[in-house]
Order: sequence, then C-alpha cells, then structure tokens
Amino acid sequence: MQFTQSTVGRKILMAVTGLILISFICVHLLGNSSVYWGADGINAYAKHLHDLGPLVWIFRLFMLAVFGLHILFGIQLTLENRAATPGNYAVKRLVRANFASETMIVSGLVLLAFVVYHILHFTMHLTNPEISASHLPVDALSRPDVFTMVVLSFQKFLISLIYVAAMVFLFLHVSHGFQSFIQTFGFNNGPSLHILEKVSKGFALVLLFGYISIPILIIFGIVKI
Amino acid sequence: MNLTLYVWRQKGPKDLGKLEQYEAPNVSPDQSFLEMLDDVNEVLIKTGKDPIAFDHDCREGICGMCSTVVNGRPHGGQDRTTVCQLHMRTFKDGDSIYIEPWKAKAFPIVKDLVVDRSALDAIQNAGGYTSCHTGGVPDANAVMISQPAAEYAMDAAECIGCGACVAGCPNSSAMLFTGNKVAQLAALPQGRPEAKARVKAMTEALKECGFGNCTNHYECQAACPKGIDVKFIAKLNREYIKSLLP
Amino acid sequence: MILDGKCPTGPIEQSWDKHRFEMKLVNPANKRKYKILMVGTGLAGGAGAASLGELGYNVHAFCYQDSARRAHSIAAQGGINAAKNYPNDGDSIYRLFYDTIKGGDFRAREADVWRLAQVSNNIIDQCVAQGVPFARDYAGYLDNRSFGGAQVSRTFYARGQTGQQLLLGAYSALCRQVKAKTVTMHPRTEMLDLVVVDGVAKGITVRNLTTGQIESHWGDAVVLATGGYVNVFYLSTNAMGCSVTAVWKAAKKGAYMANPCYTQIHPTCIPQHGEHQSKLTLMSESLRNDGRCWVPKKKEDCEKPAGAIPEEDRDYYLERKYPSFGNLAPRDIASRAAKEQCDDDRGVGPGKRGVYLDFADSINRLGQHTIAARYGNLFEMYEKITDENGYKQPMRIYPAPHYSMGGLWVDYNCMSNVPGLFVLGEANFSVHGANRLGASALMQGLADGYFVIPYTIANYLVTVKPGAVTDAHPEFKKSADEVKGQINKLLSINGKKTVSDMHRALGKIMWNNVGMARSKQSLTAALKEIPALREEFWKNVKVSGSGEEFNQQLENAGRLADFLEFGEMLAKDALHREESCGGHFRVEHQYDDGEAKRDDENFCYAAAWEFKGNDKEPELHKEPLKFENVHLAVRSYK
Repeated sequence: MQFTQSTVGRKILMAVTGLILISFICVHLLGNSSVYWGADGINAYAKHLHDLGPLVWIFRLFMLAVFGLHILFGIQLTLENRAATPGNYAVKRLVRANFASETMIVSGLVLLAFVVYHILHFTMHLTNPEISASHLPVDALSRPDVFTMVVLSFQKFLISLIYVAAMVFLFLHVSHGFQSFIQTFGFNNGPSLHILEKVSKGFALVLLFGYISIPILIIFGIVKI
Repeated sequence: MNLTLYVWRQKGPKDLGKLEQYEAPNVSPDQSFLEMLDDVNEVLIKTGKDPIAFDHDCREGICGMCSTVVNGRPHGGQDRTTVCQLHMRTFKDGDSIYIEPWKAKAFPIVKDLVVDRSALDAIQNAGGYTSCHTGGVPDANAVMISQPAAEYAMDAAECIGCGACVAGCPNSSAMLFTGNKVAQLAALPQGRPEAKARVKAMTEALKECGFGNCTNHYECQAACPKGIDVKFIAKLNREYIKSLLP
Repeated sequence: MILDGKCPTGPIEQSWDKHRFEMKLVNPANKRKYKILMVGTGLAGGAGAASLGELGYNVHAFCYQDSARRAHSIAAQGGINAAKNYPNDGDSIYRLFYDTIKGGDFRAREADVWRLAQVSNNIIDQCVAQGVPFARDYAGYLDNRSFGGAQVSRTFYARGQTGQQLLLGAYSALCRQVKAKTVTMHPRTEMLDLVVVDGVAKGITVRNLTTGQIESHWGDAVVLATGGYVNVFYLSTNAMGCSVTAVWKAAKKGAYMANPCYTQIHPTCIPQHGEHQSKLTLMSESLRNDGRCWVPKKKEDCEKPAGAIPEEDRDYYLERKYPSFGNLAPRDIASRAAKEQCDDDRGVGPGKRGVYLDFADSINRLGQHTIAARYGNLFEMYEKITDENGYKQPMRIYPAPHYSMGGLWVDYNCMSNVPGLFVLGEANFSVHGANRLGASALMQGLADGYFVIPYTIANYLVTVKPGAVTDAHPEFKKSADEVKGQINKLLSINGKKTVSDMHRALGKIMWNNVGMARSKQSLTAALKEIPALREEFWKNVKVSGSGEEFNQQLENAGRLADFLEFGEMLAKDALHREESCGGHFRVEHQYDDGEAKRDDENFCYAAAWEFKGNDKEPELHKEPLKFENVHLAVRSYK
C-alpha cells in the first residue's frame, strides 16, 4: 500500500505538515509582534517580506500545499474514522481523550475558515477595504501602512472577536497536535508522554496569548496610532 | 444489593439492537460481574426468556474472551481489570448499570454482547510472528537479550487481544493491539530481520479490516485491562518510519 | 485385553532417536494431499497444527473460542520445565525424567517421559526463536525459578504469564501457517462427534457455534488436543468452556479412556466465597517458593486475624511434615496436607476451608519490591477477588481441581487404539502418571505439538491413501444425524432446572465423593447419585432457544450431558484402583502417618476403559507399566 494511503503513512504526513504549520505559526507570531515596535516595526517587516518578490510566492505556494495536504488528509482520516465507528454507546465515558483531541476536525475546519478570512482581510484587503493598507496613505517612509490597518481593524470589536475566537480554536488544535506529532514520530518512551502533553498545552497557551495580545491591547487602547 | 441493568439485546448481526431493562436482585459484593449476569440469566431461563449472550471463558482475566462495555467503559473501567475480574463490590445498592457490546465496524455483533473479533486474528496473520521453523533454531541462550529489552517486550506481550482498545477508541482503531505485537517483536533480536515487512503488513491489515486510524487520543491505554502503554504505538510509528528508510 | 504402548526397546537414552529413524516418512510432494483435522488450539493443538502446516500437510484446526489465542493453556502462570541445566545445579535429562516419573508416583510410561525430558530443551529454543519474552538475568541470559517436586531450578518463566506467552508463541506460528494457507482455522466450532469408518478415525462432526449449523469434516487423521476434564467438578480452575466432550465422543466411538481417576487438585487457589461462584482462580504454585503455608495450631485461634496469632502458635505444616521439600512439596501432597488441616478444624476464612500462605518472612528478607517483581500480578489478582492485600496479611488458599492426568489412552506415537485418532497434551494420559509436577503441563503440550506429532503422524499417514474416505461416506451423515438428534432432544425436554443447576449438583457429588480423598463408600455413593442425576437431567433440564442460532445454553447442556456420563466412569476407575497414588487418594490405602500407599504388586498398570454404553459396565484393558530405568520406590519428599 502506498505511503499516502497507509494508516501510519498518513499519520506521519499529518504530523510533518502539522509541524511545518506550527513552525509557520511561530514565525508568524514573531513577525506579528513587530507591531509592538509601532509603525516602524511592522511596516518595515511587511516591506521586507514584499521585497523578497518571487520568493514570497514560492513560499506561499509551498504553504498552500502543506496546508492543503493537512486539510485533505485530516478530512479523509476523519471520514474513515467515522465509518469505522458505527453506533454510539448509550453511555460513553472517555477518560483519556479530551475535548481538544475529539474536536480536531471542528477546530481544524474553523481554522480553515479563519485563514480564508484572514487572507481576505489582511492580504487581499477585500473584507474591509476602507481601512486596508492599499487604501490608506503610505507611511512617512512611503511604505504601505500596515500598522494603521492593523490598529484600525482591531479597534472594530467584531473583527477582534473573530480573531480572538479563532485563536482559541488554534489553542485547542495545537494543544493536541503538538504532542501528537511527537508521538507520531515515535518520541515517547512512556513516562515522557505525560510531560509532553503538558509542554504541548503550555506551548499552545503561549501561542494563544501571543496572538490574542495584539487585538486585545489594541481594543483596550494600549496600542494605538 | 439490588441493581437495575440496561443490557444491549440484539438477535443477530443484521437485527437492530436495543437496550432492555432487567433487575438484578440480591447481588453479593463478592460476586464477579459475570456471575451477577449468570444469576440474571438463570432467572431469564427459568421464566422462558432468552438469556443474555455474552462471551467469557477463563474468568481469570487472561484469555481475553470477555468483552463488555459497562457504564461506558470497556471492562467497566477499573484499573487493570477485565470484566470477568470486575467484582460487584465496586457498585452500590440501587445502581443502574449499562451493559453494551464492543461497538466497532470491524467487530460485527454476533448476538447481544457477543462480537466477532476475527479481524484481530487477521492483523496477527498478516505478520505478527517470526518466521522460525519448528526445530532448526539455535540454543535459547545463543543470543543474549538484555533484561530491559526482555522486560520491554514482555510489557508489550501482555496484551490479551480482547479488543477493549478498539471498543474504547473514539475512532475504533486497533493501533494499540497492533503496536504491541510490532513492538514486542521489534525489541527482540529474533524479530528484527522481519521488522520492516511486519510493520507494513500489520498496519495494512489493520486498515483493510475496517478499523479506524489512530489520532492519538490514548483512550486505548485507559481502556486496556492490562494497562498497556501507548509508547508501543510510538514504537510502531518509529518502526514504520524505519521501514521507509533504505 | 493387554494393551501395548509400542514403546521402542533398547537403552532409553536412544529410544526416541532410534524410533524417529525407524518411523516412515511421507514424501514431501504428497504431504499436501493429506488432510489433518486438529481439534483444539492450545499449546498442543496450536503447536501441532502450526508444525504440521509447516511440513506441508493440509491442516484444518478447530476451537470453540472465537480465536485460537484463547485456549485455556493461556492461563498457566508459573512456568515451563526444561533440562537445560543453565544454573549448573545438577540438572540433566535423566533428572527431569526421574523427577517426572517419581512426581507421577510411578504410574507413567518410561519411554514417553524420557522423550518429554529430551525434547524439553528444544521447546525453550523454539519459544525463544518465536520471540517469547522469557525472564532474563542482568547479563541477558535466561533466568530460572524453582518449582514443586524438584530440587533444581529448571523452570523458565515469563512473569506470571508463562502459559500466555507460550500460547501466543504457538498462536503466532499458527498465524504464519494460516497466512501461508496450509492451515484453515475454524473458530467458534465445537466438535460433537468423531466419525469412525471401518474402525478408523476419518473425520469429525462439528457445530458452528455462531450459526448452529452441523458440519462434517473429513480427514486422513484426526488429532484431539482438547484439554482436560476437571470441569466435571463444576468449580475448577479450568475455563468455563473446557469440557470432556471431544474426548468423550471419541471414547463413545471406541477410544479407550485411561486412568480417568487421576485428577489433580491444585494447592494454591483462592478459596470459594459463596454458592453462586462460577469458577475458582488459581494462583501459581511458584508462590510457594517464597510463601510459607501455615494454619493455627489451636482451633480457637482460627477466627482471629492472622497477625494476632504468635509465631509459636502457628503450624507450618508442610515444613513440619516434609522437612527436605518443605513448601515445595508436590501438588498432590500439598493439597492433601491442606485438606488434612482443614478437616482437623484448623482451617481459616469463610467456612474454615482455607490455609494461610504467608509472605511476611520473604518480604522481610527480600523486600516487598522483590516479591512484587516476582508475583506482582498474582497479588493484584488476589486483591481483586478477595479485597485483601496479600503483602499486609497472609493470603488464604485452598486446593481446587486443576488438571487431569488421565485421558484417552495413546501409544508411544500418541495414537489412540482407534487408528487415525491421535491425542495430544492434557487430553491424553501419557506422561504425568498419577500426578503432574508444576510447569510440566506446558512442557508436555508443546512437546507433543512441536516435536512428537509431526514425526509420529507420518508413520501412520503412509499407511493410508489420502482422501480415500471423504464426507461423502454414509458414516458422516449418520454421525451428523446423531448429533442433530441429541440437540433436538436437549431442546425438547423443557424441564425446570437450568444447566448450571445440574452442573453444580454434579460438581457437589464429584467433589464430595470423588475429590481429594476417596473411599469405597464415597465412590459407591457417587456411582448411585451420578446415574440418578443423569436421568433427571434428561427429564428435567431446561434449554431455551433453538439449535440454529448462537445458543450458549445448548452448548453447556451438551457438555454437561457428557460430564454426566464421564463422571461415572471416573468414579468407577477410582473405585477399581484399590491403592493410593498421586492425585488418587483412597483413604483405605494409607500409611499410619497419612501418606499414600501404593500397591505396585497389583496396580502397576494404566487402566484403559472401553465404554460399552451407559447401562453396561465398561471393559477394563490394562497396559502394564515396566520400570527398567528407575527403581520403583515409595515416593518420599520428607
């Protein structure tokens, strides 16, 4: 059987793509935190990225492929697993599985929707064009004013709410996914699993607080134009 | 004590089953769970009703025949206990007990609480062995095996093949069952030569039998009446990755 | 009639090698043309089916469980003997041979036991090659422990689950052959009759337990590896499904039943707790390595907690009676000693049917950790069942029916008196004599399966034309009709008592009259009560449901019907054997100190009974036992 249809093969694919996505999320968070350096920080960061030209597109296509694989296999595995479990028990008590592990497909699909929205919002400037960088005046150094776009966006309560909610789903997804890829790669000698699960949750919490700090600080007016 | 039972009754594989209510009066706390069911059955037989079919054999927790989900937990959820070793002292007077069969697509129901677990045999048939010939093997002490390796293999080999891991798994995956065999044999020098082929063949069989995929819920470990660790699934994964390398 | 075991002659050391050379072989190209039916997939059956499949025969294997891996061999805990002499403590094939003959109270065939001792070493090699994770020492070599009836350390073990690991090894070998399509498995299938054509075993009639269908299977040879019959006592350590049915059906078709009165009562079982108990649980005899058996010296102390009884008021009765073997005295002796203490009204626990097995000294000496490493799972099991902590207070144990040394009579080739019918493992009578030593059952099962039947069956098969008789023969239909007839009869009685009620009643008769101590009086009483109960069974049993479905009541009823016939033969054999030996203890025949008194002059033979019908006396055939290599002596463990 081909690697891509083997039950363990696909698990490894999920783990590898998941790991790449987690790495991306980390780098993205680091990039985002340049917002705390004000317009100089994030506008410079955005310009640097744009100046990479075709490299950006290569990277984007690569991420799209990784994301696509992760989603496709995730859906396929979920459908198979549902097919393998016929009727439900009248009483079912799970003690080791948790909310996060049971709702991976839900959190995953919510994140997919969020990513689509996020790209429409901040990359393609389609959802709120009036406050997007392409409509706002360039900054003092004639760079697109990403900083203003971000601040104006997150000052809108609804947008902040969407971002914060999505990050809660990210937290759930990563808190299971992080330790999951380590198990899948075989790095579990028994006692280590317990620690890994804690590390995983901690890591997911760091991501959660890292990401939601931006809209929250903006909405409370601590970060402002 | 007196108990109320809700038992899954299903005439055959094609019938729709349902829970039916029974009373279990005068249960002694020293009885085992299956002995309690025996008593319920005695009454059913004497009143001309069809007794509850359930699998059981050794009644000492080793043959793996008994297979019942009690109150939502395979084997009743007592630590390292099969349902035949579950004793009624863990229940209270007046308790309601839900008794259901293993439910998984790969385990069709034969009758009531009895399921067909031949899929587990099929996984084992695919490669859960070393291809040694009867006779024609070296002296037992010719190859030394470190004590930790032997202990590790033994930890994995404790699996009784009851299928609780599948019954407990939200995905009905038999990965712990498969991992145990793969890990046991991979840990021993006698099993190494075939390790690559074995892990591939056994995981393929697992999929073909209609079991779900492992998504690391670890519910199997909690369900396992021998408390077998999911580290053996990690070992299987490692063996699988190794099998991809030249 | 005098039976001949057809043992090889000449020096015993060369007997098996010589015999192997003299036996005929089947041409490799012809092997697949021979169909062999293997009934039972425990250690003997599983190993046999796998080995025969590997040789190229067309093997069909049957078991009543849902998988071959669940045979009751799996429950053996302690270990498996072999004469490896790895610990360098003076073991040898000869010593294992001698210990087994002596342990069996000189009632086994020398040549068979020699062969067993000889191939015991190959078994360990085979199991290690299969990946059986035996216990190892720090250097990585195999570890050994001591066991009852031996003064050397020759028992190989895998924690407290040796039987499980060996069976899973045999099962894995079987799986390999299933994949290679040399073995076809028939799980959830129970043999209900042997088909004999012109005096030769040619097939079996089985019931598919899932669908209820009665099926006929033909074979050029039929091999029974269906285990023992101690469920005739109702409460025993055997699995619920263990029965005499396959063996008894063969006996009814002409196979002789040898020494049925040799039943083993295992000393270290958890005492019974109440009326509704369905089975007894054994704890490995290896516990006696570190546990000391005792009862209070004074009757009035029995109600006190164990801790409240001072050291000087404790009677370590095994150490007192058998100073050289102490707590490691063989099973029959240890069991009887426990019964004596309880009969003397010094038993402990509910009903005062129990003795203490105390680990306090070992825990003080070695630490609880070491004891837990050795027997942790047994302590756990004990606590689950009794709700008592064996580390903190002594365990309570009591003997329970455990193993049957008797079984179908077979010759040296493991073939019964019915040509083409082979019998392996506990189902035959061959090597344990009147008492089996601990860790020898696993050894025998695997020896028969891996290293005996693959050779000896060929010697028979060369004499038959493959496929000469198939299920087209009218005997098959006749057998199937008989089976269906019995099923319909069972279903039509519609009486008032359940199968369990009646099995419990049979168990009581057997345990009280044909149990650990037997007398002419008790046996005569049993011989009156059993036929009466049998008659009641056929009038008053209630079996619900139909024959064409999964019907566990029907299965049990059929098994009980056979126990009700077989139990009578067991009692008759016990009555006829006017001596005490091994597991068979006749109160009339004992020394002044209560030790068993054997009668070599008159009873040094295997008693093989030919069933003639329930209303007729069975005919006794004797196989005289000759002892040329060991000296017949009083068995002493003092």
